Amino acid sequence: MSESLLYFFQQVINGLTVGSTYALIAIGYTMVYGIIGMINFAHGEIYMIGTYVTFIVVTALASMGIEFLPVVLVTALAISMLVAGSYGYAIERVAYRPVRGSKRLIALISAIGMSIFLQNYMRLAQGPRDLAMPGLISGGWDLSGEGPLALSLSYMQAIIFIATLVSMGALTWFISRSRTGRACRACAQDQGMTSLLGINTNKVIAITFVIGAMLAAVAGFLLGLYYGVVNPMIGFIAGLKAFTAAVLGGIGSIPGAMLGGLILGVTENMTAAYFSTEYKDVVAFTLLCLILLFKPSGILGKPEVEKI
Amino acid sequence: MANIKSAFFSALLTLFLGVSVMGLQLESAGIKLGVQVADSHTFWYLGLAALLVFGVQLFRDKLPRLRSDPEKRFEWPEVFKGEQRQRMWMALVIILMLMFPFVSSRGWIDIATLVLIYVMLGLGLNIVVGLAGLLDLGYVGFYAVGAYSYALLHQYLGFSFWEALPLAGGMAALFGFLLGFPVLRLRGDYLAIVTLGFGEIIRLMLNNLTELTGGPNGIGGIPKPTFFGLELSRRVDEGWGTLHEFFGFSYSPVHKVIYLYLLAFLLVLLTLYVIRRFIRMPIGRSWEALREDDIACRSLGLSPTWVKLSAFTLGASFAGFAGSFFAARQGFISPNSFAFIESAIILAIVVLGGMGSQLGVILAAIAMILLPELAREFNEYRMLLFGLMMVVMMVWRPQGLLPMKRPQRRLDTTRLASASTGEASNVK
Repeated sequence: MSESLLYFFQQVINGLTVGSTYALIAIGYTMVYGIIGMINFAHGEIYMIGTYVTFIVVTALASMGIEFLPVVLVTALAISMLVAGSYGYAIERVAYRPVRGSKRLIALISAIGMSIFLQNYMRLAQGPRDLAMPGLISGGWDLSGEGPLALSLSYMQAIIFIATLVSMGALTWFISRSRTGRACRACAQDQGMTSLLGINTNKVIAITFVIGAMLAAVAGFLLGLYYGVVNPMIGFIAGLKAFTAAVLGGIGSIPGAMLGGLILGVTENMTAAYFSTEYKDVVAFTLLCLILLFKPSGILGKPEVEKI
Repeated sequence: MANIKSAFFSALLTLFLGVSVMGLQLESAGIKLGVQVADSHTFWYLGLAALLVFGVQLFRDKLPRLRSDPEKRFEWPEVFKGEQRQRMWMALVIILMLMFPFVSSRGWIDIATLVLIYVMLGLGLNIVVGLAGLLDLGYVGFYAVGAYSYALLHQYLGFSFWEALPLAGGMAALFGFLLGFPVLRLRGDYLAIVTLGFGEIIRLMLNNLTELTGGPNGIGGIPKPTFFGLELSRRVDEGWGTLHEFFGFSYSPVHKVIYLYLLAFLLVLLTLYVIRRFIRMPIGRSWEALREDDIACRSLGLSPTWVKLSAFTLGASFAGFAGSFFAARQGFISPNSFAFIESAIILAIVVLGGMGSQLGVILAAIAMILLPELAREFNEYRMLLFGLMMVVMMVWRPQGLLPMKRPQRRLDTTRLASASTGEASNVK
């Protein structure tokens, strides 16, 4: 293969890696939107908390002398999912449930307030600076070619793909097969009717938030290990991008969020690779504006019909 | 009994949330990362917080409800009622504000000028968020456009502040128009995100267009406004000369600060007046009507896009004016001054004051900017409290501290009920 083609495929792989974590975060947005029709603005912050907890657990285990990789990874993932899930639950309880049923603007402002609160809470708890962690997993496979332009897939990237696939598979199973998943779908269609049928809608909504938060924690865990850097502001940009992904795929649709995340990741990486890294973030926002203009329902979303 | 269980659960959750994030402190040790158990204070505070949550949850039923009654309105004392009296109070406030810089110290005048800038921004955003009900999270983008318009017009074309001021407002309005035209058709929460993205794009562009804007280094040496061509500095090389030479009084650097304050005050008065007029005009009425009921407005023949666009553009233009004044006051601007957090502060001002209420916004701006200046030791917690306040306000009092007053009439529900039961008995 020619070198430029190798470079291109390498960018696709890198893009898909980042994109799949965007997809994980985007699912949280899309699920919450599908069920209560609000944008959970603080969702990016949950991702940030997930990354911090991962860093804390990995470092704490290392200081205790536990360095056997599978144990470290599984513990870090489990604890960060647990913590993020609890945060998701608490946020819904404190900031969203009391304003549910009021105007959209009110719920949205409450969510933005929560987002600002969590950012600064973390800044006070762990300091405002970048914290860097040496990579745990290094090395990879050379797929084709040699030298600096070789096509390679690092172990970390492979882990990201596998973890994303497993989480999405688990989610799809949960939503389509389990009893609670069915309740979630029912709630998204008609909350009033669902509660008449004896389902505790408050509980279902809380579960939705917890699941979204846990997936965000998985993304936080993966990207934290991939980039090796964390600061209290990472949630803001990641949240915006994941939201873009959710809208791109069609908000409210879970496969759409997955698709949107992958598309966004690849587009972003291509811009960085062929155009300029500085405009990487601009691309995501421009893309968001363009979709909203030309196809607000997204790729897989259903157009929203306004009922009087 | 149910309360004890939920109280116990809440307290445990609080403890867990706190300990999981604050219990272990990360710190960089060379290239590696170290971890340290937080000091005992942290754990004491967390325990205290958990205990508090436990108590609140346990006696939840006995505590007064958090949500305030939206029907209950703030009643002005008798002294403030009536148009005549209100005008007198207003005149008094204006006179006091005009006198303020001459009896105050330089530091205080500086803070007051800053407060006035935020009052202006708050009033501008109030049109968009409070009156038209469009959540604009990229308001700081227009502020940046205004500031950079003046800075760039001065740098490349040698414009003075007074020449650039209307252009800066116009430029911001143009950006508002161009952004608003496509996105205002979108539903409310999409709009919020798109405007947020827009604010970020503006900041990123200013950062990246290094040749034009100086990138992260910003633009310096922006001149202060002149007084009808007279400069307020010790000496000038060209132009008309300085104010103190012209009028023959001795130079003092405080004059410049006072002048800036008076200018800001003038701009705020102008903003206030213009917006007050707008609210009473048909266009202002339609902003509010649209906020209340989109569909009803459309069926009455109002074009939602144009009504929203006018609010958006007008709001943006005030941010542009405020921006160019900000640039003139600071003398130096960089993209860092226009981060998302500024939008959040301005939004917090509008939310705290009561959406739509001008007096509320003014008081909120004073409180929000003044309190952190007074309590410097709490500066670290400033943004944390802003965020918390936004949540608490939305839960407790979504209409704001001093909501806008509207003459209103309600259907007499008791009579309505008796009428309908009467009808029902007739059918029987």
